Amino acid sequence: MSDQIYQERIVALAKAKTGAGKLENPTRTARRDNPLCGDRVIVDVRLDGEGRIAEIGHQVRGCLLCQASASALSAVAVGRDAAGIAELRHDAERALGREPGETHEPFDAFAPVAAHKSRQECVLLPLEALKDALA
Amino acid sequence: MAGEGTGMSIGMSFDVAAVRGQFPILSEIIDGLPVHYLDNGASAQTPLAVIDAVRRYETTGRANVLRGVHRLAERATESYENARAQVASFLGVPTMEIVFTGGCTAAINLVAYSYGALLKPGDRILLSELEHHSNIVPWQLLRSRSGIELDMLPVTTDGRIDLSALPSLLTPKTKLVSLAHVSNVTGALLDVRTVVEAAKSVGAKVMLDGAQRAPHGPLDLPSLGIDFYAFAGHKAYGPNGIGALWGRPELMDAMPPFMGGGSMIGRVTLAETTWAPSPRRFEAGTPPIGPAIGLGAACAWMQALDWAAAHEHEMDLVQRLMDGLQKIDGTQLFGPAGLQNRYPVVSFMLDGVHPHDVAQTLDSFGVAVRAGHHCAQPLMERFDLDGTTRVSMAPYNDNSDIDVLLAGVAHAAKTLR
Repeated sequence: MSDQIYQERIVALAKAKTGAGKLENPTRTARRDNPLCGDRVIVDVRLDGEGRIAEIGHQVRGCLLCQASASALSAVAVGRDAAGIAELRHDAERALGREPGETHEPFDAFAPVAAHKSRQECVLLPLEALKDALA
Repeated sequence: MAGEGTGMSIGMSFDVAAVRGQFPILSEIIDGLPVHYLDNGASAQTPLAVIDAVRRYETTGRANVLRGVHRLAERATESYENARAQVASFLGVPTMEIVFTGGCTAAINLVAYSYGALLKPGDRILLSELEHHSNIVPWQLLRSRSGIELDMLPVTTDGRIDLSALPSLLTPKTKLVSLAHVSNVTGALLDVRTVVEAAKSVGAKVMLDGAQRAPHGPLDLPSLGIDFYAFAGHKAYGPNGIGALWGRPELMDAMPPFMGGGSMIGRVTLAETTWAPSPRRFEAGTPPIGPAIGLGAACAWMQALDWAAAHEHEMDLVQRLMDGLQKIDGTQLFGPAGLQNRYPVVSFMLDGVHPHDVAQTLDSFGVAVRAGHHCAQPLMERFDLDGTTRVSMAPYNDNSDIDVLLAGVAHAAKTLR
């Protein structure tokens, strides 16, 4: 039995639920569904005058990986604009082994998912939703 | 038709080891783990009899069918038509009433297109809320093409189609009732007699999606009184890319072709073309010959099995599974509570753990199950479910498959919430 995918850091991120919940009067909202597995993420953001995230909230109806990713994203999203979020996406892609290079906290926690291609979209779904919200 | 969902225990012995021995994949060790394959509802494994039949065609009789005069072509055609006879025998119908299709989805799409071409705007088709997407979407496409209307039978809290709603949903405008013979999510067996009686009272035809029923033994379609039956090869121990459709010949011969091409014509001129009778009318182009031969072998393999004993064995596994799950804190079964009128498909939820995480944990124990919406999103919406973890069994499953699965679920319950 080897379930390295559910390492402590991933489980801890999911349980932390950072940013979980709906924002009152968000500037932007976006929803992303994964039609293959049925996971669903809704991201609310409040932006400052320069397009940077001042506050973020997410509602995840999905697996532990999706919840952990939304939680990780919320922990580092504030103060970033669309370009800054795109950089986090690259960090996640690097953790998943889809791009070369070093990855950083918090998305480095998802390195165990590199060996599980069928679950990588679960990690990326919150990033996709946030990208849509900032588009 | 042995053990048609009766759940009766008649004390027969079933040599599961002998059955397992016919499936090479079940003795594989993958990443150090034995294979506990409980995802048969998605795709079943295939026995040597099927592998050998396909190999025999590819190595000793490969050619196109119904065209050539050379001996390999003769041999291929004979094997292909023999496969049609094997599928027909499995379903209890005349050989030339079987149409080979690309799968169960292709068979339903064929009926939606070709039977659908006979319908008029305002005609109605009755489905249910628990259908697989393949028995919803083709009809929605037909609706957008031709202006027919769709009605939906509701589902009871124990995961059965609620037939008490039949009288209110069937109207003289209803031309077809198309339902799952066995639910791919809950394992519930449809009460076909009640459906057929009600449908006939308004002149509607009945189609059954047999994808989850066919893998559990031969059928006697004439006794069901239905009009169309579809099933998939890969769920019934056969190859991928093949399925079968049975339809009443008078209906099939009244339906226009689904696809045009070679083999399906009477005569082609540049001005017009006439159609061959069914089944050729619906088998345009070179068919999937090897897969059809494999499906024929799978049907013959199933017919040779003692299904009274096999069904009892499958139901013993269902009982062992349900008993074990109920001992794990926070599990909820979704589907019929007992063994009556059901087949060995069991869905469950584990409080606080997403079904995909249950399935991923089970994979780490070497257990293969399916998790998610099972291509039945309307059913998930109806019960406000994220999805379920689905355990779908076949005669080759044994107690160890269930016991390792239960250990995996208990591990997920302990570590992921």
